[in-house]
Amino acid sequence: MSLPIAPKPALRRFHQARWDEPVIFELTTPGERGVLVSRPEPGVREAVGDVVADLPAGMRREKPAALPEMGQMRVLRHYLRLSQENLGADFNIDVGQGTCTMKYAPKVNETLISTPKLTELHPLQDQGDVQGILEIMWSLERAVAEISGMHSVSLHTSGGSTAIWTNIAMIRAYHEANGEGEQRDEVITTIFSHPSNAATAKAAGYKVITLYPDADGYPDAEALRAVIGPRTAAIMITNPEDTGIFNPRVKEWVDLAHSVGALASYDQANANGILGITRARDAGFDVCHFNLHKTFGTPHGCGGPGSGANAVSEALAPFLPGPVIVRDGDRFALDSDRPQSIGKVAPFYGVAPNLVRAYAWIMALGAEGIKAVAETAVLNNNYLMKKILEIPGASAPYATGRRRIEQVRYSWQELFEETGISSEEIGIRASDFGMHYWTSHHPYVVPQPFTLEPTESYSMAELDEYAAVLAEVAREARETPEVVRTAPHNQTVHHTHHDDLDDPERWAITWRAYQRKYFS
Amino acid sequence: MTQPFVHPYLPNTAPDVKAAMLAAVGAASTDEFYADIPEGLRLDRPLDLPAPFVAEQDLVRHVDGLLGRNVSTRERLSFLGAGTYNHYVPAVVDEVINRSEFLTAYAGEPYEDHGRFQALFQYQSLMAELLNMDVVNVPTYDGFQATATSLSMAGRMSGRRGVIVASDVLPDKFSRVHDFVRTNLDLTVVPTVNGTADVAAVAALATEQTAAIWVETPSYSGAVETAIRQLADAAHAVGAVLVVGTDPVGYGVLTPPADQGADIVCGDIQSLGLHQWFGGAHAGFIAVHDDPRFVMEMPSRLFGLATTDVPGEVGFGDVAYDRTSFAHREDGKEWVGTAAALWGIAAGVYLALMGPQGMADLGETLLARTRYAQLQLSAIPGVALTDTALHLREFVVDFSAASVTAHAVVDTLRAQGIEPGVAVGEYELLVAVTEMTGQGDIDRLADAVASVVAASDTADTSTSNTEEKSA
Amino acid sequence: MTRTIGLVVNPVAGVGGPAGLKGSDGDAVQTAARERGMTPRAEGRARSALGVLAAAHPGAEIITAAGGMGADAVRAAGLRARVVYTAGERSTGADSASAAAAIAAAGADLLLFVGGDGTARDVASAVPSEQPVLGVPAGVKMYSGCFAVSPSAAGALAARWLAGDELPLEPREVLDVDEEQIRAGRVDPHLFALVPVPFVVGRTQSRKSATPVSEAAAVRSAAAGAIAAMHDDTLYLLGPGGTTMEIGRQLGVSKTPLGVDAIRGGALVLADASEAQLLALLDTAADAGTPAKAVVTVIGGQGFLLGRGNQQLSAAVLRRLGPDPLLVVATEQKLTDLGGRPLLVDTGDPDLDQRLAGYIRVTTGVTTASAYPVTAPEHEGAHSCV
Repeated sequence: MSLPIAPKPALRRFHQARWDEPVIFELTTPGERGVLVSRPEPGVREAVGDVVADLPAGMRREKPAALPEMGQMRVLRHYLRLSQENLGADFNIDVGQGTCTMKYAPKVNETLISTPKLTELHPLQDQGDVQGILEIMWSLERAVAEISGMHSVSLHTSGGSTAIWTNIAMIRAYHEANGEGEQRDEVITTIFSHPSNAATAKAAGYKVITLYPDADGYPDAEALRAVIGPRTAAIMITNPEDTGIFNPRVKEWVDLAHSVGALASYDQANANGILGITRARDAGFDVCHFNLHKTFGTPHGCGGPGSGANAVSEALAPFLPGPVIVRDGDRFALDSDRPQSIGKVAPFYGVAPNLVRAYAWIMALGAEGIKAVAETAVLNNNYLMKKILEIPGASAPYATGRRRIEQVRYSWQELFEETGISSEEIGIRASDFGMHYWTSHHPYVVPQPFTLEPTESYSMAELDEYAAVLAEVAREARETPEVVRTAPHNQTVHHTHHDDLDDPERWAITWRAYQRKYFS
Repeated sequence: MTQPFVHPYLPNTAPDVKAAMLAAVGAASTDEFYADIPEGLRLDRPLDLPAPFVAEQDLVRHVDGLLGRNVSTRERLSFLGAGTYNHYVPAVVDEVINRSEFLTAYAGEPYEDHGRFQALFQYQSLMAELLNMDVVNVPTYDGFQATATSLSMAGRMSGRRGVIVASDVLPDKFSRVHDFVRTNLDLTVVPTVNGTADVAAVAALATEQTAAIWVETPSYSGAVETAIRQLADAAHAVGAVLVVGTDPVGYGVLTPPADQGADIVCGDIQSLGLHQWFGGAHAGFIAVHDDPRFVMEMPSRLFGLATTDVPGEVGFGDVAYDRTSFAHREDGKEWVGTAAALWGIAAGVYLALMGPQGMADLGETLLARTRYAQLQLSAIPGVALTDTALHLREFVVDFSAASVTAHAVVDTLRAQGIEPGVAVGEYELLVAVTEMTGQGDIDRLADAVASVVAASDTADTSTSNTEEKSA
Repeated sequence: MTRTIGLVVNPVAGVGGPAGLKGSDGDAVQTAARERGMTPRAEGRARSALGVLAAAHPGAEIITAAGGMGADAVRAAGLRARVVYTAGERSTGADSASAAAAIAAAGADLLLFVGGDGTARDVASAVPSEQPVLGVPAGVKMYSGCFAVSPSAAGALAARWLAGDELPLEPREVLDVDEEQIRAGRVDPHLFALVPVPFVVGRTQSRKSATPVSEAAAVRSAAAGAIAAMHDDTLYLLGPGGTTMEIGRQLGVSKTPLGVDAIRGGALVLADASEAQLLALLDTAADAGTPAKAVVTVIGGQGFLLGRGNQQLSAAVLRRLGPDPLLVVATEQKLTDLGGRPLLVDTGDPDLDQRLAGYIRVTTGVTTASAYPVTAPEHEGAHSCV
């Protein structure tokens, strides 16, 4: 063949990297070293003697830790190969991990945080030496306060769920301070709120009552009325819910909570479509949190560290985790003298690199840009919804025919009933085209679910490509179902067997357990 | 504005594209998508935020300017610890975790995200070798959470409420653990003797109501617990478990707690290849034996080996994904969420680079330099160690005999570019030594402290500055 | 491990539905249906299921019955039929039962049956109680909880079973509906049996949140939650169902799977009580000032709390239980499986049904509950749900 190059096929001929890399322990070569360590100086040795030999009886490790022995470049090469076998958001049209808000994490932010003036900062240094980071954190707190309408903000937590925990911990402390800690032992949430609202409330000792949607697919205000009362400590809800449906009666929910003396807690994990449009405090919420790793563009790091920002009304401010940052003229300081604080929720003041990234993200966009983020995310979502609903067998249960905010929980139920191919199988096959997709939290309220959240970061052409892949897989499910069922075909590894993972006699959670169970 | 707002982060703000998309969905404007948000809840003004730096170069200048005001521990001589430690981070660690593929990934399947599963399985396995335990979790938020969860596991498994705290615990850690477990567990603190556990007192308190004995080693003051075996026996005698909170950095030379009877070992991995990051780079590990009663109580994810359709392929998946509880108690169950996976990958790379010899060398260096610093400081008249226990990396010195407050020492040395440690009492200073602080650094610290103490002999040392402990 | 699938088809299942005959049981109905020009759709449903199975396991052997009771559909799907039963000229319920027994005896470790509630009853009556079964929906009315959502879904599940996947089994209800009664405008189905049914839980995904528990653990948790809500001085009338069975197990009382058992203080007072016995018991309790409550769970796939399979808990019984007569216990999955449809009560007493309607607290765990809507369906009888 000769030029010109033939046109590309409609769908990308993707193949994930396949290095067939062994587990690192198999790469060991006795005697090799990856890095050397500073050793005690002769003067030190002379003064202290042989500290290892002098350890008290039984305190000296008998056998060296069976870590691999590898030259430096071998370690590097091994891990870089593994990195290539991983599909980061920088590589794919990452709209399929709905609820996670897989938006662009701007590269400039990585260059900003890499300075030793951040990496080599100790949290207990002279506060005069850390004014720059304190100012950034203070400014970020103020920005989150403005975006939420709240009074005070804490940036300490390192993930969304632990931020929700902080919400309920503050609510618990508030009721205890008012002498109602014993009386108020119930928390109300909805089935389409993030399940960590229920999980953290349970962990804090509350009974959790879950509400189901009403006939129109909206959160059921009558159900709330039926269960709320003097035992209610709080309602803990997401809005828009994980269906992308905004609760139009949310103010009524909050007022209902307040009318019985309960607090209203707002999980803003799904805030990306409403930034600058509507605010938590304006609906009356007492407590809320944002995930900086979702809404404010910090990278997800394979599952953390994230960052939570807890924002509260003035009445709840005394209960925020400590210390808080206070500003006095041009000087910023950490204030730990807060007797009603719930105390620590993390070792120090939050995931500093993420706080700097989130601050830089806000400062790159400003008020106009942030509102444009929301509007674009919502435009992208409704555009993608139109494309997805054109695929036979796909549907968007609940509030049918309505617009959605920033994401949609779709269903392949029709396709499943017709073909027996499940949503999970479709998702795995879609990965053969270089895409992710995620079903839903358990339990599956929407049958055969998949949740797409296109954020503001993906272009129209990319959304078209994503929808085209799902359409193709749906076609395969009907016409060549075995291709779907036996997927993946273009990945690092093939269909993986799960049975060993559920049997305590057979599972291998570490290499040493594997060796012991199968080779000794 | 005369130009339409088009932002580099928002491709579909390009006017023609936006118009085409609106047309495709039959909407006149993006406002239509917000039909469910009542008018009364709409923000009727722009957000009140500072003017942005939309050009990247302006943003860099702004943020660099702010961060440039920080003075880092590279520019100071730091003996600060108390939870965050200044250990060396090999360059390869940063190279790996800054890879886009790892940095920006999240929750894909073990097919397209095979690398993440393998890297975290290897982290689990490398930690397991260091700790001599068969099960290690994908990291949770931090060592505080890991310990709170470990104690909660003990409570759920036994159906009991009692926890005996046998060691000196970092106060912030105690605060976090207490607030997390207080609905389900009661913490009883047994004062330590000479820096470590009062074994007889602990054993006397252990009853059929005891869920766990909680040991911290190294403790808040850096003391290494040498009676883990006896404490484990005391726990097991009443059907309780021994939970050991620790920093794994010393186990290249020290006997891992599992070898002395510990049931759950937990702590923080910041020491293993993570920068200090202003206290923002922590991750928690929980290690148990390969016993389903324990494994099923772990809320974290656990990655395990799996076969695939192709012989020789190494596959991965979630172990015991539907975690069926064997517990006596259902309350206080926890959750899995975005936590600290990237830090786990970093710690794995670190342990692979260090190898057995590296970790042994590091342990010896830490023990030797800690002992050396103890000797140098306690040789100063009026300066004393608070106990005679074995210490790793941290220890407390007492200036009361010299009538110098710890804050006075901190203030004076800071003026000389030295962070001498964390004031933990009126006269007590917690000093941390790592492989980053050599003999010359320690000598410089000792000389500076000696000068302060000597000056106090000739002058009134009641310093006016009472800067607060900042954590 | 080698596995084998069995198949029994009720060839006349579903024939009565389109004909408006409310069921297909009985010679007269089948004849009437044929006279109205209806053809049975069971074979088509069977072929849909087997098609999916055949795609994954070409040429697999299926243990089945001759002709329209299985073998025809098996061969049409390109699979091999091992025939272990041959029926007479016209299929009857007795044939379904005999065929099922023969197929189970021949070693089928998962028995697919194609039909409706009547077929489910016939199969459950004939096979050992531990025999895993799965219904391919083809009947007119399906109150029972042992059916897959579609024939293809049943086929996909069978394919995974045959592939050796370790699918969990859960006891699901078989409801015995007398079609004569339905045609007479009455629905009075009884809980006939609990049969083990395999199911697929989400395996590969949903890992971004709380660790889910298996359905079996969820049942244990829901039962423990109900027990935690019980008081020692109250008489509890424990209705039938898998979750209430688990309550009995945790209390250490041997609960009858299909009956209503009275317990108090964690001990059995009366097993498998009739309505009359319950009324007598409540009289005694009232005299002693002992409060009483009924403990019920969701029966079958339609969401009935009362009136299907637990008719011993009659309107007369329930009216004596005071203003808050029910302790409802179910797993969250059972509620979500309703797909947004409300829970149903049908005690035969419109006033009582009206009183029970509204929102009810459903205990789903020790520290969890749901508020779920309850409605009283009109007393029309059959609600076709195919």
